[in-house]
Amino acid sequence: MRTLADLSLRWKIPLRVVAAVLGTALAVTVALVARDYDIVRQNLEGHARSMGRVLAHTLVMPVLHDDIWRAYEILQSAHEPNPAAPELQALVVLVTDADYRVFVSTRPRAFPIGTSAAAPGGAYGLLRAELSRGSPADQRILEPGDSPLFFIMTPLIADGIALGHVILAYARPALLPRFLGQVGRAAWVTLVVLLILLPVSWVWARRTAQPLLRLAGAMKQIPLELEAARLADLPRSDDEIGQLGEAFRRMVAEMQVKPEMERQMLSSERLAAIGRLTAGIAHEINNPLTGMLTAINTFQRHGGDPQRTERTLSLLQRGLTQIRNTVSALLVEAKVEDRFFAPEDIDDLVILVEAEAHAQAVRIVVDGRIAEPVPLPATLLRQIVLNLLLNAVAAGEGGTVRLNAYTSPQQLMLAVFNDGAHIEQRDMAYLFEPFATGRETGHGLGLWIVYQITRQLNGEIAVESEPGATTFTIEIPYGKS
Amino acid sequence: MDRDVALLEACGRRAFLRGVGALAALTVLPSHAADIPVRIGLTPVFLDDQMGFLSQWRRWLEVKLGRTVVFVQRGSYREIMDLLRAGKLDFAWVCGYPYVRHRQELKLVAVPLWRGEPCYQSYFIVPADDPRTGTLAELRGKVFAYSDPDSNSGYLYPRYLLTTQGENPDNFFSRSFFTWAHRKVVEAVGIALADGGAVDGYVWETLAELHPDLTRATRVIERSPPLAYPPFVARSDIPAVELAGFRGVLLDMAADPEGMDLLLRLDGFIPGKSELFDEIARMAARVRNP
Repeated sequence: MRTLADLSLRWKIPLRVVAAVLGTALAVTVALVARDYDIVRQNLEGHARSMGRVLAHTLVMPVLHDDIWRAYEILQSAHEPNPAAPELQALVVLVTDADYRVFVSTRPRAFPIGTSAAAPGGAYGLLRAELSRGSPADQRILEPGDSPLFFIMTPLIADGIALGHVILAYARPALLPRFLGQVGRAAWVTLVVLLILLPVSWVWARRTAQPLLRLAGAMKQIPLELEAARLADLPRSDDEIGQLGEAFRRMVAEMQVKPEMERQMLSSERLAAIGRLTAGIAHEINNPLTGMLTAINTFQRHGGDPQRTERTLSLLQRGLTQIRNTVSALLVEAKVEDRFFAPEDIDDLVILVEAEAHAQAVRIVVDGRIAEPVPLPATLLRQIVLNLLLNAVAAGEGGTVRLNAYTSPQQLMLAVFNDGAHIEQRDMAYLFEPFATGRETGHGLGLWIVYQITRQLNGEIAVESEPGATTFTIEIPYGKS
Repeated sequence: MDRDVALLEACGRRAFLRGVGALAALTVLPSHAADIPVRIGLTPVFLDDQMGFLSQWRRWLEVKLGRTVVFVQRGSYREIMDLLRAGKLDFAWVCGYPYVRHRQELKLVAVPLWRGEPCYQSYFIVPADDPRTGTLAELRGKVFAYSDPDSNSGYLYPRYLLTTQGENPDNFFSRSFFTWAHRKVVEAVGIALADGGAVDGYVWETLAELHPDLTRATRVIERSPPLAYPPFVARSDIPAVELAGFRGVLLDMAADPEGMDLLLRLDGFIPGKSELFDEIARMAARVRNP
């Protein structure tokens, strides 16, 4: 079902104008009726009171002289219809004697002379009780609750003696016909106002709604017909609708260039990725190279007994294998079958970083080592440990770096500790992002590579760092495949 | 009836003479107009509340009399009688009842003819919506409207009738009041302010023609025997010439087309005799000494 909220503005605006006009008319009518009723009521009361006083004054003589006809004629004159204000005509004028018997009335048939004025019953019966209350000299207004009449009772007083009362009975001003009359008049005025306002509001609604409707139409063409949307005849003004149109044009223009931008962004993103990859590979090739060159250098200097030769060649073989494996990681098709991470790899890694450690006067301590090979790719783990050791060496000039490797069931634990410069809290958030380096000479790739490999192996990495104690802990599960 | 025929013949003859006289009167009007006006007292024995009619009649009388005419009206018969007896009025149209009480102080000028007779009736009326009441006697304990305490038809006759029936008219009704005019008796009974009333039969019949709405609200239950019609009288010391002049104008009214219109359903005037009113005097005496 269509609700009012779904209606087009071109209907909504005239409807709201109509509602506003009707609401105003209603409010004004109600206010007028209330005011009118008050005025009528006050007029009536004032009129009735003065009429009662005049009658009471005039009737003293006829009552004293028992001149019923004269009294009747006086009542008649007070009872004459007033076409201009029919409500001011008393329905009944009654003159009672001191015993509440009818002296004369304008309705002799209902109130025969000499009978009790209470005889017709209803409100007239109540009046008698009311007469016994209050000061006998006061004029009183009585409104019996269940009677459509209200009464003005004025005592007839001659020389301080109450001869009786003049009772004027009026119909209470009828609210309904008055209200209907007002509503009728208001309806006419409202109709005239609406006849004038409706075309105006119709035009107004069109003028107001037109730009919005055009805008809505243009919006419907998005995103399939951008060019048509761009060429749409949109409002050009400084008001909010104009601003909306301007914003829409801007948006369409931006949407038109967006695919191109996206393409460019994608391309540069790729280049950046290639760059990162290349830098990472270079970094990873570079890392063992330094250690291997140092080993060759040592071999040349000290000459070679077969044992040293064997050890140096073995080291070189494993270092080159690491490089080969690293490079082969690039070549997706030619995946090299890697060997398992073995206890010798720990020794290799210590040897590979020894030269750097010397240069930095850093002592490397191995707190724990694995007893047998772990079914995890050796190249990747060597990369992790080598990076962490090199970072620890770089951080702790003249200090100690500790490496601990051990297995808990189905899990390889690696911990690298150093007591050098710690990692600031603000750097923690960016620790594993590429090119985020805390050192001048670093590339910011080491920890990124560590993180990538750990994630690749479904492992977890944790860092604790405070002044003088920084520990990287890595847990890598194995054996579950 | 013979008298009526004779009267009509006399009227025809006099009409001619009056025509001549009227012309003469017109010519002398200016000199007489400066004279002391003729003061005529009027009472509600006829429809004296029709101001248009009264001014027309006054102008007619002025032309006929050749003198300024002043009508004097008061609230009751008694006031007019008092003025007349005090010599403040020259003539007055009064009821037979006050006339018989003061005949020695007054001079009879003329008696109207109503339906050919110098007589009328008193009507007892009740509201039209009272279908039961048939006689005055049945109004015992009710509210009764009299026209004027000096009215024959509207006061003396009903009281006389009650007296002859052995009732005390003073306490026969629970309440009674005066309307001070016959027409208003009709009104009072019509709206049931009074349960019954006594009214001049001529007034009721005339109203029945002129204002049938008033009489339609009433119903006549009893009619009196013919009673002498309220006469025109003059103060006792009226100059004979004036008396004769005014009487002549009244007697000739029926012969004058305009005068005929002004008679308001009356047939004219006759000189009348005081004995006509003896019956009223007898009733008055009976009521005074039951």
